[in-house]
Order: sequence, then structure tokens, then C-alpha cells
Amino acid sequence: MADGTIAAPRAPDFAGQRANSLQRFSRRRSTIAFLMTLPLLAVVVGLIAYPAAYGIYLSLLNRRMTEFAGLLNYEILFDSDTFWNVAWQSCIFAITAVLAKALIGFWLAHMLHDIPAKGQRKWRGMLLIPWVIPPALSTLGWWWMFDPTYSSINYVLSIFAIPAVSWLGEPNWARTAVIIVNVWYGAPFFMIMYLAALKSVPEQLYEAAAIDGASSWQRLRFVTLPMMANIISITVLFSLIVTFANYDIVRVLTNGGPRDLTHVFASYAFQVGILSGNIPRGAAVSLFMLPLLAICAFFVLRGVTRRNKEQM
Amino acid sequence: MSATIAKSASIYSRAGSLASERRWALWIAYISLIFAAVIFLAPPVYMFMTSLKTSAEIANMTGSPWGVTSPTLDNYQVLLTNATFLRFFLNSAIITVCVVVITMVISILAAFALARMRFWGSQFLATGVFLTYLVPDTLLFIPLYQIVGGLGLLNSIWGLILVYPTLTVPFCTWIMIGYFASIPKELDEAALIDGATWPQMLIKIFIPVAMPGIIAATIFAFTVSWAAFVYPTAFVTTPENMPLTIGVVSQLVRADTYAWGQIMAGALLAALPPVILYAFLMDYYIAGLTAGATKG
Repeated sequence: MADGTIAAPRAPDFAGQRANSLQRFSRRRSTIAFLMTLPLLAVVVGLIAYPAAYGIYLSLLNRRMTEFAGLLNYEILFDSDTFWNVAWQSCIFAITAVLAKALIGFWLAHMLHDIPAKGQRKWRGMLLIPWVIPPALSTLGWWWMFDPTYSSINYVLSIFAIPAVSWLGEPNWARTAVIIVNVWYGAPFFMIMYLAALKSVPEQLYEAAAIDGASSWQRLRFVTLPMMANIISITVLFSLIVTFANYDIVRVLTNGGPRDLTHVFASYAFQVGILSGNIPRGAAVSLFMLPLLAICAFFVLRGVTRRNKEQM
Repeated sequence: MSATIAKSASIYSRAGSLASERRWALWIAYISLIFAAVIFLAPPVYMFMTSLKTSAEIANMTGSPWGVTSPTLDNYQVLLTNATFLRFFLNSAIITVCVVVITMVISILAAFALARMRFWGSQFLATGVFLTYLVPDTLLFIPLYQIVGGLGLLNSIWGLILVYPTLTVPFCTWIMIGYFASIPKELDEAALIDGATWPQMLIKIFIPVAMPGIIAATIFAFTVSWAAFVYPTAFVTTPENMPLTIGVVSQLVRADTYAWGQIMAGALLAALPPVILYAFLMDYYIAGLTAGATKG
């Protein structure tokens, strides 16, 4: 009783004080949080959002960047055959390369998953090496392997009595070469992603499938693929963005040649914008990547959010 | 199809066929992996072989190009005593160290705020960070060329240090948000009760607990800024300011007659730091690679 009367008047006092300090605390908290995110905001706004908007503005200027030219740059590009070649080549390159990477990555991930666990680490470490070497440098090696006179690939082909291929001289072979190098570089990434996804499929599902008498094809079709669907779509879309915007492989391997037929958007924008000094038109070329990137980004984001919800 | 069903049905009648199916699967797996390893490792191995050859041996068309008859380290020696090449190395090192430090400071601070301190617009900002990660450098390099030029930083490593965070910060922040979010809330409640301030909480609890994530993000920032190619190609034309990637590609190749042995030796030396890092920290490397899609 005595305790109660003493405590009673003090309790609201306490609560009031606490509410007050809580309020102050939360106010301070959001201030601190804002200060902590400020550098990030500076990078995102100053170095990504602003340049992107500035790029759109640049693409609307005339060549000497003295006056506004409206959509002139886009009109000129639409009228040029080279540009359409570039657009076509970019799409074919990105789609073929991503499909090949995804299939090879999927296959290798399965094979890795099949072997005894203690050997997996070693194989995984070895097979990821193409992804680790900076692509500009490994492409130099490929360039040398495709060399018209000393091609070591043609040497291997000649062992199997296959005639020498003019890898970087023929447009179609040059396109194939660019795709080969990109697949070589990117397939290990898919392999690692799919292997991680395969490991996260609960073993009980396979046991249940086995009890139901599912064949290995059925297990793949009705257990593995649905469980991996999300990660497959995220990696494919993500890789589509990166491959579509690829620059270094084309720059080192063919530099756009022969006759500008292997240029993709990025390398063509570089040639027009930086090397020929037509900044506005170069900006216009690179902006053509935007629609496809936006579509992919939308779906990647949707996949990632869905995945987050599943895991929560 | 019916054959495979019959086969799997027979698994239960005969244990022997299960073992043989397993053995077959294992054989196919090893054959595929060996085949893939040969193709995946052929270019680096061939680069290494070439780097051990003299120009005379490279020009000699008899025999297999894949072998080397009289290995020599001359190409490496020439490069390692070449002031320009060492300059490339130094530039790359300075740029990478600065970019890694800047990136980690920015992304740890921001990720902590975004993962733990809900405030107005934090969810929106987290999504925005992920979206900016999807903006490729090839979309931004022309406007950035103008901006960096306007600041007078073309042909300078400081211009590169300024723009490289666009490549690293979004992804590092994103995976750090994932790592921080996976730390149990009880831990920071305990810290708050003990009277810790937010900065103390970050330094004494979050950073030590999320160390694997920090290492993974650091490796990512390191490899990306070491391998960056578009920005230095666009912004730097003077050899003394070039980092390794563009230095090797433009300067070594530019020589009148292609010194293939030297080019390959240069490319391998330039690729060495990320490969060494990978060899020692493979598990973190892979964790960082897969974190983007599985964690965050």
C-alpha cells in the first residue's frame, strides 16, 4: 500500500519523461540516419542520376554543342545503315550470348552438384577463373588465339582436319568470336549462381519425388526448375543488361571491325562520341540502350522483391 | 519417356541398377567438368605459354603453338624494369585503394542507416540503390566525360577515383543492407538498453558481426575497380595516368610490331592481383557474388 502510493505519482512522471526522450531520440535518429546516407545520395544523385539526365540533354544538342537541335541526332541515326547494323548486332549478341551462358551454366552447375561434395570446391574454384580475370585482359589472350597467322585455335582445329577459320576477318566469324569470348567469360557466373540455387532446394522434395517414382527428367522439370525459376530469371535478366551494355570485349577483340559490323551500342557510342568527338550523337547512341535496360530492370526488381518476400 | 519411367521403376526392384545409374551420372559429370575446365583454362594457359617465349619462337610456325621449347622470363623482366608499366601498376594500386576505402565507408554507413534506422523514404532509397546498380557504365560515360572534363580532371587518376564509385557503391550498399538486415534485432536492442549510441552500435556490433559481408563487398569493390575499362579508356589518354587495364591494351599493343610475348606477360601480370585475392578468399568471393540475388 505504501509502496503503491509512492510509486503512483512517480509513474506518469517517468512515462512522460520517457516519451519525451523517445521523441527526441527518434528525431535524432532520423537526423543521424539522413547524415549517414548523405554520401550515398551524393553518389547516386550526382554521379548516376544527374549524368543520366545530362546525357539526355546532351543528345538533343547540335554537334558543336552550341544550340538546341531537337531530335536531329536521333533522326540522323535512324537514317544510317550503320546504326541499324549496330542495333541488330547488339540484340543478337546479347540474346545469343546470354542463352548460351545460361545453358552452359545450368549444365555445369548440375554436373558440379552431382559429384561428391569434397571435390566440388576444387572444381568450382577452377571453373570460376574466367570470371576472375579482368575481361579486357583475358580478351587480349583470345585476340592472340584468334590471330590470323598464328591462331592456336586453328592449330587445334587442323588436328581434327577442320580448315582454318579467318576468325576476325569474316564478319560472321568475328561476331561468333565476340560471342564465344563473352560466353567464356560469363558462363562461370551463371554456374555459381545456379549451383547456389541448387544447393538451396530442400533434399526432402527430391526424396518425395523419388518415392512418387519420378524420373530424373521429371525431377528436373517439376522440382528443380520451379524452385530455381526466380533465380534463373534474375540472373538471365541481369546478364542481359550487362551483356547488352558490354564494351571491353568488342573494343579489344575487333574494335568494331570488319567494316563496323561487330559494333554494339556501347562501342559505337564510344567511337562516335569520344573518338570522333561528336558528343551529342554518341550520347544519343548510348541512350538507345535505355528502353531495353529499363524493361529488364523492372523485371529484375520484381523478381528480387518477390524473392525477399519468400525468404521473410 | 516410358523407358526412363520403366528404368526408375526398376530401381526399387534391383538395387544394382541404381548404383549403375549413379556411376553413369558421375562419369558424365566428370567428363563434362574436365571438358569445361580445358576450355575455360585454355586462354590463360596459352597466354602463359606465349609469355614464356621469345619473339623468334613465337614467329616460328613449326610445331605446336601450345608448347614452349625454350622457356624464358625475359618478357617479365623487360616489363618489370619498364618505368611506364610500373607506373600503370602504381596508378591502378592508388585508384583501387582509394576507391575501395571510399566505397566501403559510403556503403557501410548508408547500409546501416537503411537496414536499421527506418526513416522517411528509406525503403524508396534502398530500391533506388538497387536500380542504380543496374545502370551500366556504358550508358553514363559520355555525360560523365563532359562532367569530368568540366572539372578539369580528364587525364588524371583523380577523375577516375571520382567516377569509379558509380560502379561499386550501389552493389556494395545493397549486399551490406542484406548482411545487416540478417543480424538479429535483439542484438541492437541489448546495445540500446546498455546505453550505446548509434555510431557505437555500428562500430562495436554491426561491423564485427557482418565482417564476412564486409570482406565480400571489399573484394567486389577491389575487383571491379581493378578491372574497370570503359571509364579509363574514355577519360585517360596520357600513358603516365593510365591504370593497368587500358595501359596494357593501348600501350603494349601500340608498338610497331606486336610483341606478343610481352603483351601476354603484361596481361597476366595485370590480372594477377584479383586472381591472387580470389585464390586466398574464394569463399568470400563467391559469397559476395551470390549475395546480390540470394541475400538482398
